[in-house]
Amino acid sequence: MKFAVIVFPGSNCDLDMYHAVKDELGEEAEYVWHDSTDLNGYDGILLPGGFSYGDYLRCGAIAQSSAVMDEVKKAVEAGKPVLGICNGFQILTEAGLLPGVLLRNKNLKFMCKTVGLKVENANTLFTNEYAEGQEIQIPIAHGEGNYYCDDATYEQLKKNNQIVFSYADDFNGSRNNIAGIVNERGNVLGMMPHPERAVSDLIGGSDGLALFKSIVKQWREANVSHA
Amino acid sequence: MKKVKIYVTLRESVLDPQGSAVMGSLHKMGYAEVEDVRIGKYLELMISDDAQDVDALVNEMCQKLLTNTVIEDYRFEIEEAVSQ
Repeated sequence: MKFAVIVFPGSNCDLDMYHAVKDELGEEAEYVWHDSTDLNGYDGILLPGGFSYGDYLRCGAIAQSSAVMDEVKKAVEAGKPVLGICNGFQILTEAGLLPGVLLRNKNLKFMCKTVGLKVENANTLFTNEYAEGQEIQIPIAHGEGNYYCDDATYEQLKKNNQIVFSYADDFNGSRNNIAGIVNERGNVLGMMPHPERAVSDLIGGSDGLALFKSIVKQWREANVSHA
Repeated sequence: MKKVKIYVTLRESVLDPQGSAVMGSLHKMGYAEVEDVRIGKYLELMISDDAQDVDALVNEMCQKLLTNTVIEDYRFEIEEAVSQ
């Protein structure tokens, strides 16, 4: 499976994302610059964390208007898996590919630590290697991770099982502790925690690896026929 | 040339932790009269006279980039400006 790691000016988790799929999973990965106008050769799209365009205006707002985002939208329409982590999640909400928005943490602090996450929906292409209700340990590193949406949107998210991860504790003010959501079709996941930083016990944990394995497994089942 | 002054504010339904922190500070300083603080943004755009419908243009830019209408409201004023 071949992944595109989209790189914006100010992305800083692109190397970790690349490492996770290339070195830990042995899949193909390439960096793709934000002005690219062709993502046809890729099976999955990864939007990494960081501070694209210095978080100017609003987090993800300027990246959202990049040329490559038109291609990301086409990939979403084509049903390809699209994963946005941290700033990637913010970009996906700003682009309208996921509902809601990420506000400043309620305590106004940048928070960097490992937290407990509950897998709310293990029936997505991103989470099929986890068990429903499983608690995993994943690092967070954000100042704007306070997920907000209005009541009607929240009801929709609940009804369609779009809430994929929630925090074990409330520390940033996110509505109902939401940490990650998928779109209605289920092929776009946005999450604030960093699974790509938890792919090896050597670096403090490997609970994030199953997320990438899930994507690859689902893709193999759909695209590779075994004799 | 026209000068457009855009005021962006958080919607009333959205909590403003920054505003709350500033209000807490004002209270500590003795300004007990302050009942609420909301923090927003102010933008200035200079628009060339070639623009046909500045009103529609600014609305479009606000909706596409300058504001996020999920959490923000905006209003703007258009003034005549002399180019320097």
